[in-house]
Order: sequence, then structure tokens, then C-alpha cells
Amino acid sequence: MLSRLVLRAAPAALRALPPPVAVGVLHTTRPLHTTQRSLAPVPPLPEKGGEVRHGFIPEEFFQFLYPKTGVTGPYMLGTGLLLYFLSKEIYVINHETVAAACILGVFIYGVKRFGPDVAAFADKLNEEKMASALAMKNEAMQALQTAIEEEKKEQWRVEGRKYLFDAKRNNIAMLLETNYRERLMMVYNEVKKRLDYQVAMQTLKRQKEQDHMIQWVEKSVIQSITPQQQKESIAKCILDLKALSKSAQAAV
Amino acid sequence: LPAAVLLKDTKLMDVKLGQLGSWLAMRDFTPSGILGAVRRGYDRYYNKYINVRKGGIGGISMVLAGYIVLSYVWSYSHIKHDRRRKYH
Repeated sequence: MLSRLVLRAAPAALRALPPPVAVGVLHTTRPLHTTQRSLAPVPPLPEKGGEVRHGFIPEEFFQFLYPKTGVTGPYMLGTGLLLYFLSKEIYVINHETVAAACILGVFIYGVKRFGPDVAAFADKLNEEKMASALAMKNEAMQALQTAIEEEKKEQWRVEGRKYLFDAKRNNIAMLLETNYRERLMMVYNEVKKRLDYQVAMQTLKRQKEQDHMIQWVEKSVIQSITPQQQKESIAKCILDLKALSKSAQAAV
Repeated sequence: LPAAVLLKDTKLMDVKLGQLGSWLAMRDFTPSGILGAVRRGYDRYYNKYINVRKGGIGGISMVLAGYIVLSYVWSYSHIKHDRRRKYH
């Protein structure tokens, strides 16, 4: 229940707050990006590490003592310290000293004898890594280069597309023309068929009428031939035949 | 005349002997401060002696020497019985 009160009071409280500062200001106390260096490209590793003398004393110690004591200063210091430790038995000589001496001897012999070989081996490993990384980089660059070439070629090819489209347009125009002519042909054939039909109908009708009329005329003529006319015509024919036979006999 | 550098920001090698006590008192001894100091020391040593192209034996041999010294110091209380004394 009290939470509801708080929630109710929140908007009023928010309105009571001063308005927020302009949007452009970052709410940080630490300045950003003030140094020159950025994270990429990563600076290369230094070639050699800090100088170390005799394997375990940094060179800076010798440089530190050089102005006051010269070159032999640190060695004198070392000898003095060693004698002090031994004489006061701060460093105790016991069985562990012998063991330490043997171990150190072997260690130093190992380093002196095998050091350069190990270094060369490590350098070779590093070289291989670098070479493979470089090879990858070169390959990537080469691949991108060939991609650029291909892209240019494709762009050149696109220019030829105009001719392709012209040829296609011609094809289509020809197709349309052929289609149009086929349909014209079809229309012509259909119309011709209908007209032929009409003509055939008319000729048939005319023929039928002719035949019918001829038959009718023949029939009426035959009907009109009386028996007497028939006898007269037969007699006439016989006389004609006799005359003809005579003229034929004469000719032979 | 350049403005004087605050004691807080001076490096250890630039602190005068008289100021050493106050400089030491100003350092950050909270756990995160100590952790940060250890981290910085490690990074400095690593980047100077180990993270290089052609590192030498010095990188690890210094660590080994420090280990030897430290372990001698820690075991001195029972090594001192090996001293050449009449009465221990």
C-alpha cells in the first residue's frame, strides 16, 4: 500500500527535478579519447626485451650505479655483499649449497650449449606463423582483386545487353507478325468456305431447275406427239434412209 | 616555471627520501588497489621481458632468482640451525 503512495508521488517528484542537461553532453567525469593511440592497427612487438646482464641482473642497475661508481661499481657491490653474507652466515653453507651449485652448473651449461638452437627453433615457429598470416592476407587481397576484375568484366558485359534485347525484340516482332498472318489466312479461308458454299448452293439450284425444266419439256413434247404424227415421221425417216443409202451406194 | 607535480602523481624513483613516508602513506591499500598494483607490476614485467620477438633467458631466470631468494628468506628460520656455532 505504501508502494502505491510512492508510485503516486514519483511523477510529481520527477517534475520537481531540474530538467536534464542538453542531449549533447555525455555524463562522464573521465575524458574519452584524449590520447593519440587507437586500438587498431596493433603496434608490433618490440624486437628485443630489456637488457639483462649475466642472466639475472637488469642492465638498468648497472646504468644506475655507473655515474657514481663507474664500470666496476656493481661488481664491487656484489662481491662485498657476497662476502658479508658468507661471513655473517646470513647465507649458510650446508648440503643445499652443494646441490644448488650442481644444479646451477647444469643449468648454465644447458643454457650456453642449447640456447641458440632453442632460440632458432622458436624463431622458426614464429616465422611460420607470420608467413601463414601474411599468406592469408595476400590471398584475401588477391581474391578481392580478382573479384574487382570480374566485376569490371561483368559491367562491360552489361553494355552488350542492349544488342541482346534488340535481337529479342526482333524475335518477338516476328512472332507477332507470323501470328497475325496466320489469323489473316484463317479468316480468308473461313470466308472463302462460306462464299463457296453459297456459290455451290446457287449452281445446284440452277442445275436442278435446268434438269427439271428439260425433263418437263421432254415429257410435254413426248406427250404432244400424236400417233399420227408418229407414223408420218417414221415414214419420212424411212424415205430419208433410202435416199441416203442410194447416195452412199453411189459414192462407193 | 612549470606547475609543481602533486606528490600523489610522482613516480617512486622521483620521490625524495624525506617524502618517502608521506608518499607511501598516500598509496591505495584497499584490496582493489593492491590487486591493481600487482596487475600493473605483472604487466610491466611481462611486456618488458617476455612479450617480445626475441626474448632471452633473462625473462624467466630473473623470476627464478627472485623465487630462490624468497624461498631462502622463508626457510631461514630452520636453515640457521646449520650455522657453524658452538651454541645454537
